[in-house]
Amino acid sequence: MNTQILKTASLPYCKGCGHDLIAKHTVKGLEKLGYLPLDVIMVTDIGCHGIIDKCLNTHTVHGLHGRSVALGAGITFGLENPGKKVVVFIGDGGSTIGLQHIMEAARLNLNMTVVVHNNMLYGMTGGQTSGLTPQGFRTTTSYEGNPFDGYDICALSNKAGASYVSRILGIGDISDKMAIALGTKGFSLVEIMEICPSYGVKLNPKRKLQEVVAASGKEPGEWINQRRTFSHQQGKKIGNLLEKTVEIKKTFKHYLKGPKSVVLSGSAGEGVQLAATLLSKAAMRSGLSITQKGSYPVTVGVGFSTAEINLSQKNINFHGIGVPDTVIITSADGLAHNKKRIELMQGGTLFIDSSLEVPPTGAKVMQHNFRGIGARNAAIYAVLFFALKTGFISTESLFKTIEEEGKAEKLPITKIKEALVE
Amino acid sequence: MHEQNKGKRVMIDGSRLIIESLARAGADAFIGYPITPANLLYLYGSQRMDLMFSAPDEITTLQWMSGLSATGKLPVTATSFPGFALMIESINMAYMMELPMVIVLVQRLGPATGTATCGAQGDLLLLKGMMSGGHPLPVLSTSGFEDCWELSEKAVEVALKLRTPVVLLTSKEEVMTQKSFSLEKLSAITPKEKPFYNLDCEYKSYKPTDLVPDFLPVTQEKHQVRFNASTHDQQGILQHSNEEAMANTRRLEEKVVEKMKDFLFYELDEQKGAQKLLVAYGISSQAARDALKALREAGEKVSLLIPKTLLPAPDGYLEIFNLYNKVVIAEESINNQLGDVIYGRCKPSHLHFVGSIGKMITPEEIMKEVKA
Ligand SMILES: Cc1ncc(C[n+]2csc(CCOP(=O)(O)OP(=O)(O)O)c2C)c(N)n1
Ligand code: SF4
Repeated sequence: MNTQILKTASLPYCKGCGHDLIAKHTVKGLEKLGYLPLDVIMVTDIGCHGIIDKCLNTHTVHGLHGRSVALGAGITFGLENPGKKVVVFIGDGGSTIGLQHIMEAARLNLNMTVVVHNNMLYGMTGGQTSGLTPQGFRTTTSYEGNPFDGYDICALSNKAGASYVSRILGIGDISDKMAIALGTKGFSLVEIMEICPSYGVKLNPKRKLQEVVAASGKEPGEWINQRRTFSHQQGKKIGNLLEKTVEIKKTFKHYLKGPKSVVLSGSAGEGVQLAATLLSKAAMRSGLSITQKGSYPVTVGVGFSTAEINLSQKNINFHGIGVPDTVIITSADGLAHNKKRIELMQGGTLFIDSSLEVPPTGAKVMQHNFRGIGARNAAIYAVLFFALKTGFISTESLFKTIEEEGKAEKLPITKIKEALVE
Repeated sequence: MHEQNKGKRVMIDGSRLIIESLARAGADAFIGYPITPANLLYLYGSQRMDLMFSAPDEITTLQWMSGLSATGKLPVTATSFPGFALMIESINMAYMMELPMVIVLVQRLGPATGTATCGAQGDLLLLKGMMSGGHPLPVLSTSGFEDCWELSEKAVEVALKLRTPVVLLTSKEEVMTQKSFSLEKLSAITPKEKPFYNLDCEYKSYKPTDLVPDFLPVTQEKHQVRFNASTHDQQGILQHSNEEAMANTRRLEEKVVEKMKDFLFYELDEQKGAQKLLVAYGISSQAARDALKALREAGEKVSLLIPKTLLPAPDGYLEIFNLYNKVVIAEESINNQLGDVIYGRCKPSHLHFVGSIGKMITPEEIMKEVKA
């Protein structure tokens, strides 16, 4: 097996490009730590630094511009062997388009090393200003010098929670410094400062790397967080989602003829969806097929709450409800939400709380004091009243469902029963 | 099917069936970012899958999935258009890298954020055109609870056999509505094989055997593995446009077109002597089933086609269309996207369309168009 991580000493960069030094010294750092080529998964970004793959004997993953840290993160999630090493090569450009990915990997303190090739501009696309270009540094798109200061990617990563962050000048033998980062447990990031000769050096001819770095105020250094590294914190798993569903056996009779659509509507927080579910389950208990869906504003705690239910002896395909057969309204919110529908009803029944004004409708109207039992119980009471008056299903099937679902203690059952008798 | 569930009649939603089926078929990781109407899938995914990660956005979601897939896992996510739009470049990446995964796309009303809680069928053309180069992405569409179960299993199989991302297309009303359902109707699901290369001789990440290259994860140390989203040769090394690399890019298209022929799913309810064909997929197929029944009861002769393999568009659909004098497509959009997939912009005069936005198409609307 090949023990050499690098295939060739001649790397595909422009003459004098700092990427050459970074690649060679990353490899040297890995070898110092004893890594064999196929223990290393090298994830490379899009940019000049990313064309290194073909020169490597490691596993190589070459993805999208800016996304390599997230891609590498995904790999760390799937690695079960702690002897494996994920290394990400990314540019200064890649680190701003993918800034979120770096922050996230640092926050989770994932086991990986990110090598930021900060050559102070976008190399591959023609020397444009990047988010890490220092103030005053000239690029092909800020000829007078970048008017803004660049991000401090080290400070950001450190603050986000990286175990180890360092900034180093891309000069001389940096392999020991690389090895420190590469050998760190958890998330490490090294920002290596260099100037792209093809654009940066040309446009800033008299400036030296040390001077540019010093002027930017982003001096070399190390920043450490003593933190727990990432481990899979999986909550309790359900081995079979179907087992979690409750079997509903037919134990009651129904008296439904033909399919019926029911709309139940009231105010958020008044148990409308629960009442609808109890009605659906009681209907199933009575041998009927059902469909049920809810509708409410995005802010689920205020405004209307509507449930649409279909009841049928047969299997239900289409579950939409245009003009319903039955509408049950327990509050002003519910009325406002369904007023149009009620007006379109040519038959059927409208059950409506007696405090509300009845809109013009072709439906038979049954007014009743649903809210008298307490606003929170109005919906369930209305559903029981509906069962009693239509006889589609028995109130017993509903009471049984309430009991089986463990809701009996929370409801004033005796009061409800008395009210129903009246 | 587990024995104890036989015959069990429950109140259930499509989301639960999809996640359980995916998990049984071999999906082992769920990555999610919340979005209505895919939130139930997210919830169940987090409860059921061996691995679960909450991503900070949908680009990250797809990248994390790709990383997991490179380690040999079969990751799943569920989203809706706004999230899916963010994933597109990364799905292209996974397609190019040939990484298996399943993306459940729950359609809702667009454009843009549109209405989060309103269903729709408006994403088919997006799916058709989302790959740069026009390459086809496998898309399976559910049209009922049985499909939520069976096609989810198939989606896993396609992903693994073809080494590709697969979209399971559904919509709000299919995955958020509770229905009474007998679990008896669910077929047994066996875990799908994850076929890894196991020979000693040289391994090339993109050397195909019968169009699909053998897979190896980056977790092993026997062979060097390369995954590459840039144009590449069989070794997975970046190339500009040489012959080997172009052959590889062409193969990606051919692989999906050819191999998806083994995954042609549709329902055809033919009536002898019928000159009219009703076509509907996804949520609209439920109204179409009711419409068909009512039309036949009223003496109308009609056949019904429910396409389930939507992309790459099987040639067989056009052949079926051509057997009828009148074809009516029902789709919850205003622009007959399925018609576009089959015919392009030049739709024949015998093709009719029932569309809708903001509400489901009703059986009555379909019947009216078929009768007209
Ligand atoms: C999403 C996306 N936007 C833009 C590009 C174009 N692009 C390719 S490389 C690059 C910048 C590379 O700069 P950097 O990351 O600093 O790496 P360098 O070339 O300097 O090594 C850009 C913008 C792309 N590939 N993808
Ligand atoms: S353009 Fe600049 S960054 Fe790219 S290889 Fe050449 S010198 Fe290096």
